Amino acid sequence: MKFKDTLENYVFVLPAVAIFSIFYIIPFIWVFQLGFYDWDGILPTKIFIGLGNFQDIIFNDSSWWQAMRNAGYITLIALIFQNTLAFLLAWACDREIRLKNFYRVIFFIPPVLSEIVVGMAWRFIINDIDGANILNRMLISVGLPQLVHNWLSDPKTALTTVALVHSWKGFGWGFLIFLAGLQTIPRELYEAARVDGANAWHSFRKVTIPLMIPVIVLVAILTILGTMQAFALIIGLVGGELAGHTSVPVLRILASMRYSSRFGYACAQGISFGVVLVIISFIQYRFSRKYRQA
Amino acid sequence: MGKIKNFSFGIIILIFGFWILNFCGCAPKTTSKITTTITIWHWMTDREATFQELAKRYKTKTGIQVNFDLYAPSDAYSQKVRAAAQGENLPDIFGLLGEKRDFASFIKAGHILDLTPYMEENNSCWKNSFFEKALAVNEFSEGNSYGIKAGIYGVPIDVMTIQMLYNKDLFSDLGLNPHKPPMTFAEFLNIAKMISAAGGSASGGKAANMQGLVSGWGEVWMIDCLANNYAFNIMGEDKVLATIKGEVPYTDSDWITVLSLFAQMRDSGLLSNGIITMVNKTAEQLFATGKAVFAFNGSWCVNVYKGMNPKLNYAAMLPPKVSDKYPMRIWGGAGSSFMVNARSKNKAEAVKFLKWLTDRDQQAYLAEATNNLPANKDSLSKIPNILAQFADDMELTTHPNIWGVSEFPAVIEALDKGIQSIILGEKTAQQVASEVQKIKERELAKKVNRNS
Amino acid sequence: MKNPVYYKTKKITVNLFIHLFLLSVAITCIYPLLWMVSSSLKTQETIFKDIALIPRQFHFQNYILAWQEGGFGRYFLNSIFYSVSVVIGIVVISSMAAYAFSRFRFPGRNILFIMFMAAMMIPIPGSFVALYVLLNKLHLRNTPLGYILCMINVGLSTSIFLLKTFFDKLPRELEDAARMDGCSKIGIWWHVAFPLAKPVLAVVVVFNALNVWNEYILALIIFDSRKFMPLQVALQTFQGEFVTNYPLLMAGLTITALPIIIVYLLMQKYIIKGVTAGAIVG
Repeated sequence: MKFKDTLENYVFVLPAVAIFSIFYIIPFIWVFQLGFYDWDGILPTKIFIGLGNFQDIIFNDSSWWQAMRNAGYITLIALIFQNTLAFLLAWACDREIRLKNFYRVIFFIPPVLSEIVVGMAWRFIINDIDGANILNRMLISVGLPQLVHNWLSDPKTALTTVALVHSWKGFGWGFLIFLAGLQTIPRELYEAARVDGANAWHSFRKVTIPLMIPVIVLVAILTILGTMQAFALIIGLVGGELAGHTSVPVLRILASMRYSSRFGYACAQGISFGVVLVIISFIQYRFSRKYRQA
Repeated sequence: MGKIKNFSFGIIILIFGFWILNFCGCAPKTTSKITTTITIWHWMTDREATFQELAKRYKTKTGIQVNFDLYAPSDAYSQKVRAAAQGENLPDIFGLLGEKRDFASFIKAGHILDLTPYMEENNSCWKNSFFEKALAVNEFSEGNSYGIKAGIYGVPIDVMTIQMLYNKDLFSDLGLNPHKPPMTFAEFLNIAKMISAAGGSASGGKAANMQGLVSGWGEVWMIDCLANNYAFNIMGEDKVLATIKGEVPYTDSDWITVLSLFAQMRDSGLLSNGIITMVNKTAEQLFATGKAVFAFNGSWCVNVYKGMNPKLNYAAMLPPKVSDKYPMRIWGGAGSSFMVNARSKNKAEAVKFLKWLTDRDQQAYLAEATNNLPANKDSLSKIPNILAQFADDMELTTHPNIWGVSEFPAVIEALDKGIQSIILGEKTAQQVASEVQKIKERELAKKVNRNS
Repeated sequence: MKNPVYYKTKKITVNLFIHLFLLSVAITCIYPLLWMVSSSLKTQETIFKDIALIPRQFHFQNYILAWQEGGFGRYFLNSIFYSVSVVIGIVVISSMAAYAFSRFRFPGRNILFIMFMAAMMIPIPGSFVALYVLLNKLHLRNTPLGYILCMINVGLSTSIFLLKTFFDKLPRELEDAARMDGCSKIGIWWHVAFPLAKPVLAVVVVFNALNVWNEYILALIIFDSRKFMPLQVALQTFQGEFVTNYPLLMAGLTITALPIIIVYLLMQKYIIKGVTAGAIVG
């Protein structure tokens, strides 16, 4: 009886595990062991160098760590700016207001657009050489000429600009998930709170936030994982790594694979990247667990 | 219970559906026994239509079906070729993008046919039909550092050179003679100052926000190209090659001179910060719409500018030289080349097709239809004037793929990134030079360790 | 005590600010779409000279040209086929697995779940080459089935993660009731959990549809026959190695964006309907 029960349970996960084992685990093992070789991706022979690649990454590759820091910065901005924006918009659209449906569609347009269009369109707005310089002109017209910058080519502002555009493109997802989450909060709870004398702020704090915590954590994890791996938008906006100022890990891995023909090294970079992401996720998970107990 | 039945039924339908899908996918197993088929993989979107036309002509002539398969963009194409190489699934003919050392690896892995016997038969008839420089990129010379048996392994189908261009109309606007481009670096910087002076006024009109030099320096290899050109001019080919071999350090004063050229270009206003955020297409767009006075681009630009602005009045010029001691060299040689799969079942037919493709008439047609320089010496008749200007400087061309030695990729990357930093004003030429040299020494040490 | 007028003004002002906020964000979202459409109506020669949002001349024929030159017909159908198959596959497979991870106990449950999570976090560079060789060995390389299975795998981890989070939050009363009525495990999943998860499922559908719709590198690498290629490949026709036909490219991108927007429009209704609160109380 118990055995049949367990078997039934396994049937549920079987298709997923089967596909996963074939299409993820096997390539993963292949890539993992390649990290210990020096290989250009073409030659029939590979040279085993043990931890050589990893040593290079940790001690000799300052551009890799710069890329990691940049990705971390973009992710931080995404977590703060993008998700707060998404949450506020979702909360606003959850209420009974006019044009709700209109907003719900509009806010999802940025994720749908391809990175090419987003890159070109924003470059057009921000850049002065090959664009319409709209942003700077607006700043001048409201009386803030000292804020005028070469947003995309000035190393001080390039990364932040990229991060903000990236958040703009990504908030639609958070908006969607937050909205779905807000919809599942039973209205009776709000009614009950109001009957108890709570005002809008109180019910927000005591009802909405606690019930949304799992969703917030979910969105945070997805944001971290997605943003750390971003790269296409950077090419569209700033054309490259801007002497390292807009490097991100995926671009570095691609450079290792293509320009340097160091396939084994690229695999080692990928593994190191994965390890960092796992650590971050783990910390975040622990942190959210503690917060939930409290 | 009925629900379980429904559910299992649904699953069976799903699986059945997938199974059917599998057969939708299969190509008919009957390979045509009547016509041989040659499959060619390429990435050249701009030439797809012309290639299809050429394939048609070949079929009419010989009855052999040639399939050109386009996979774009070039990055994706590269990955596909490398994946297919791993799966030993390469087509009869394909092109290879990337460095000479990758080319060498492909040969060592047994993917590429040695074409030397075909090139040299009949008194080297096929070999001699090409520009020497075009063939050199596909050739491995005696005693090369890659360990490849000497010979010719690829067939060029066009040539290109990378030079500077200038806008004649903007020259006139600045009060300069449109038929006299700057010859020396000092003249170049002077013109830059004139551009800044004219463009400084926000009064609008043509002069406002005019750029000096535009080029796709977000794509680092173009920086490498210009730096290399000037290196050849300042210290001569031998010293440059010696540096690559490790005999001369990058901290040598000549190299610091090369690096400081970029600082000078930045200070004179010739380069703006924005040049590092440009991919080549953005730079082309700026030059085509008359927003930049100079551009650094390859001969393929003729086709691009024609599409964006047929009335553009421009001409080609060499990068203005710094020194008179050594000649200014530019990068050039074979633009695109095709290789034959050594494991192909249609090797002989493939070679025959390539011979036909690089024949005088086909090359002339290709050149005319796509505005590119032909690889065949005899096909220069119908190219437009501006393209001929590029062809004129063919003897001055050189290319990393013909030097016989390769620099470490980490060093090249450090050099290019360093120059980007110089343009941004973050580092000095000395700093970059010493950083590059440090990486060079590290790589050399690694190589010694590896080999011992 | 505060009089009703105070409350009314407060409500109006708050609403006003909310609307201003929403509207300003909405404008930044619409702008690139407008820019894309307006660029698609210009010509290659004027697209960089005429920078106004409303083009001087409307070249609607760009859309027809783009459709024909890009060979959109076949690729469009292919993409729809792939998207639908992958979405159906993922919805079924991942919701089953997520339900099991959320509700059942079986040996290896935690390990398996952690593996799926890890897959989200550890990207595999060069996985294309590995998949190519793998599919080759399975004789699935140049087939739609191979591509669909790969794409199902791509979306599996995130979908399972999303669904499990929502299943965890779901109160168990309804399921307990169904079990007491004698429903089997699969029955409970199909009749109770699955319908209740509609909002999340809608998110999963949109997420995966978007991923498959925009994917193209894997398709390019594993397909040799042009007849299997998805839509994104058609777009490459306009981005030559040297010449980019911008207006046609923008037209192509607009055509490409439309179906996904339609999918979203269809799905977002489910996200709004949400859970019927009445069923939970009691």
